[in-house]
Amino acid sequence: MIDSDAVLARVVDLVPLSLLGGVLGLDVVSFPQAMISRPIVACTLGGALAGDAVAGLVCGAALECLAVESLPVGASRYPEWGSASAVAGVLAAQGAAGASMPQAGALAVAMVMGIFTAWIGGWSMVRHRKLIASWARPRLERLASGSEQTVVSLQLFGMTVDFLRGTAVTLLMLAPGLVLSEWAITNWNLNFAVTKGVVITTVAAVAAAAIWKDFHAIAGTRRLFLAALAVGTTGVVLNG
Amino acid sequence: MDEQLPGREATPTPRPTSPHALPAAGAGSPGPSVPPLDRATHWNMLMRCLAIQGSWNYEILLGNGIGFCVEPALRRLPGGKGGPAYRAALARQCTYFNAHPYLASLAIGALARAETDQAPPERIERFRKALCGPLGSVGDRLVWAAWLPACSLAALLFFGLGASPLAVVVGFLLLYNAGHLMLRNWGLRAGWRDGLRVASAMGAPVLQHGPRYIGRAAAVMGGLALPLAVHRAIGGGPVFAPVPLAVAALTPLLAVFLVRLHGRIEGWRIVFVILSALVLYSVVR
Repeated sequence: MIDSDAVLARVVDLVPLSLLGGVLGLDVVSFPQAMISRPIVACTLGGALAGDAVAGLVCGAALECLAVESLPVGASRYPEWGSASAVAGVLAAQGAAGASMPQAGALAVAMVMGIFTAWIGGWSMVRHRKLIASWARPRLERLASGSEQTVVSLQLFGMTVDFLRGTAVTLLMLAPGLVLSEWAITNWNLNFAVTKGVVITTVAAVAAAAIWKDFHAIAGTRRLFLAALAVGTTGVVLNG
Repeated sequence: MDEQLPGREATPTPRPTSPHALPAAGAGSPGPSVPPLDRATHWNMLMRCLAIQGSWNYEILLGNGIGFCVEPALRRLPGGKGGPAYRAALARQCTYFNAHPYLASLAIGALARAETDQAPPERIERFRKALCGPLGSVGDRLVWAAWLPACSLAALLFFGLGASPLAVVVGFLLLYNAGHLMLRNWGLRAGWRDGLRVASAMGAPVLQHGPRYIGRAAAVMGGLALPLAVHRAIGGGPVFAPVPLAVAALTPLLAVFLVRLHGRIEGWRIVFVILSALVLYSVVR
């Protein structure tokens, strides 16, 4: 028998989280592009709203390593990390006991759902841009006549739909994500350290490769990177 | 660049970093006595710049956003808001436009100045088209390919050094947005000051040399951040344990593999496959 009160309570819990996803999704392109949508910020906010900012931060740092690789250039399709990071931050905080590291299962599921949501979000951004174009098409004549009302309404339409897009993506991915996360936490069989090791190895490799590739055109950057890497590693060894 | 200026030979590839790629032909006549943009209008335009991509779409791209941002200045035209000059100028500014969203403020300032100076419409249209390419490529190199990754890596460095969630978030946002907002504000002011002669502003040292210096700083921060962030993310503890040693050995190998793929597949897709397999393996075994 399904407890309707529990379901309703869960749906109500999802509302503020989804609205956060909407705001973060809006920041990616439409307004204000202040990069609150970057994973290291957005995931931490998601984690904080779900009760554990540290768990969100750890997941955010991992996703940030992936986001460094993808440049949000103009018309290209790229992962939408804003709403995705809200989802990942909330999932990473599941089962964590406040100001603690995320649970192994929760972190792995948060990463998988975060990346998948970023991909879905990227697709939804393309649909959003097409929707604005189709909404603008019948109004081009009024634009060509210099109607201020049309200009403003087109901006407001685009931003409102973008906010709703981010909210919907977050809600649709968070609902199954929470169920999956709960199931994974209960049934997780792998060692905690091994799980984290796999997650961190993969994302750190992506970040290292991105730095290596992105700055190759600037003379000397690769040598600087390797030297700094040696210094950083030595620091870890000496302090660890 | 979408259109070459009259009297200039077409080149196969745009040279966005050269100030001469922009219309030197612009008269706009911003002499020493440039009428200042009043504070309210400047503020209004700057705030609107934050929403410049609100209606970004595949047909007119930033076009409507440019019109939206320039509009407060157009109210100064003879006849005021809704007058024939205002409507003609607004219509001109709402056509196709492409640029980096932050550097578009340079175009907004320049176009607002040209319109309020009542420069000939055909000259404004030519100028507008010529601005697209340089503002896109310079902005992409400076912001998306240099400043944003540098700030991301700085945030990872804060994280690796053990900063609290609040410190990491606030540190990143302050650092990134200091550059972001200064660039938008500078663009608007320089555009208004120079009008159709905005090519000189494109030669600003930060636009010309910024990506190089920021890229080097980012490489150093990335090198320092990765080992520290990895160590914190795996929970700290002894370095010479099996898992940290395995991470230290496998990360460079995987990174080399990703570099050798030459971008044929993005890293996040590979990570998605590996981590999905990890989740499945761990819960069903």
